[in-house]
Amino acid sequence: MGSWGIIEMGAPLVPRSTQIFLFLRPWVLPVLLLTLLEWAARTLAPDSDAVAPPSRAFLAFGQALMVSSEEGVLRASLFTLGSAAAGLLIGLVLGVGLGTVLGLSKRAASMGFLTIEVLRPIPSVALIPLSMMVFGFGFRMEISVVAFATFWPMLILTQAAARQVEPGLIEVALALELSPWARMTKVVLPAMLARLLVALRLGVAIALVVAVTVEVAANPYGMGYALMIAQQSLAPDLMLAWLVWIGVVGYGINVLMLRLQHALSRRMGEIPQAQRA
Amino acid sequence: MSKQRVKQQLEALGVLALFIGLWWLASDQAWVSKVFLPTPEATLGSLIEGLHGDLLAFSANTVLRMLLGWLLASLIGITIGALVGSSETARAWIGPTLEFVRPLPASAVMPLAISLFGLSSGMVLSVVAFGSMWPVLLATVHGLASVHERLREVSSALQLSRSAFVFKIGLPNAMPDILAGMRLSMTVALIVAVVGEMIASQSGLGQAILLAARSFRASELFAGIALLSVIGFASNALLALVEKKLLKWQTH
Repeated sequence: MGSWGIIEMGAPLVPRSTQIFLFLRPWVLPVLLLTLLEWAARTLAPDSDAVAPPSRAFLAFGQALMVSSEEGVLRASLFTLGSAAAGLLIGLVLGVGLGTVLGLSKRAASMGFLTIEVLRPIPSVALIPLSMMVFGFGFRMEISVVAFATFWPMLILTQAAARQVEPGLIEVALALELSPWARMTKVVLPAMLARLLVALRLGVAIALVVAVTVEVAANPYGMGYALMIAQQSLAPDLMLAWLVWIGVVGYGINVLMLRLQHALSRRMGEIPQAQRA
Repeated sequence: MSKQRVKQQLEALGVLALFIGLWWLASDQAWVSKVFLPTPEATLGSLIEGLHGDLLAFSANTVLRMLLGWLLASLIGITIGALVGSSETARAWIGPTLEFVRPLPASAVMPLAISLFGLSSGMVLSVVAFGSMWPVLLATVHGLASVHERLREVSSALQLSRSAFVFKIGLPNAMPDILAGMRLSMTVALIVAVVGEMIASQSGLGQAILLAARSFRASELFAGIALLSVIGFASNALLALVEKKLLKWQTH
């Protein structure tokens, strides 16, 4: 997010009116677009099955909030977020585990290289039919696809992180005759942590996108399915509401992860290199 | 080639052979039901049979969809990216909105596209283009925004017009970013094309593997997945090669 020229809000020498202007500026374009859509939907296409005025979408969202069934906002969101998190956890554990081994041992990396390069280009969505066949619809099918999709970036980024661990640190650990487990938990993993956090942030974004995609394509649960159903029942207001909600959830989680990453790397006393990534 | 290199490559081949051997054992000894996991030779058989049949045409459809969508996305992405990225004002006003839309899953736009364009091949193409536009667009903005201060001073000293600045300094400077963005876009384009074929029942590999799974023809499903990964690998490798060629002039 480094390229937008956003000025620190608390910076001195900026008058209050400028501060307010800078705070409001990002909202001008969205508000303008929404107003335009509101006007167009009301006057040009009043009975459209495809577009609805944002005001009606807002009302439809309010109603969907009250619904307590599978298609209610709360349960659908929890399903998507839950399966994204569960799948990411599996992909993370496997990816970090194997990635650490491949990063620390050059021999292991060159042995595994070919197999990884053969398997990695499989598009994650190509596994949707397979997981559907094996697990049927539901939670397990979704987390298996998310786990596969997040495993590869976790593996590659962890491998890079492990390769960049200062060799001196490992030599010290060896000199202290730490057990392999202590060497891992006390030296290697802490040294990798900052880079692992960057990987985790990427993984969270991928997990959410893949989870929604699985629901839109096949799995009859969660936010993606609610969006699809809104379209199929010709409710453009509800469809628009879900689309924006999915955007808001994704954006919110990205911001949250960014904050978490900065807070943690500050606590570890490191200059956050990835801030501008 | 040194002796060690050969040994390394043999080891890598060995691991791959081990992997395929495990796959064969798991299927042949029925550790995993053959309904889900066909043997490697059954998959290869389906692949060869399919390539004499429809699979080649399906692959061509998917590749065409991916390429067309990607080209459209690159064109639109670079254009908008250059417009937004070359002006600090535009960046400040439009940037945050772009940043909000970016993490939106491309597949989530598909229902909207279906209501607008119907279940057509044009609908899939538009979503492919929309979804794969973001990496290029944001990379172009970033590349133009990070033009070195000295180069900006040079261009204003030479009294270059904005378009001259974009074409002579901005875009060449942003080239590494744009190419990296285009490579990412290609991956996204393949994914969205496959999802689109599944949802809108457009002829292609996405539809083929979904139908194979629905009728429990596992070996055909695996053959389709294998073809998709070949497409993914080949397109990525090709672009990486182009990237290397085009960026040769860079000394750093």
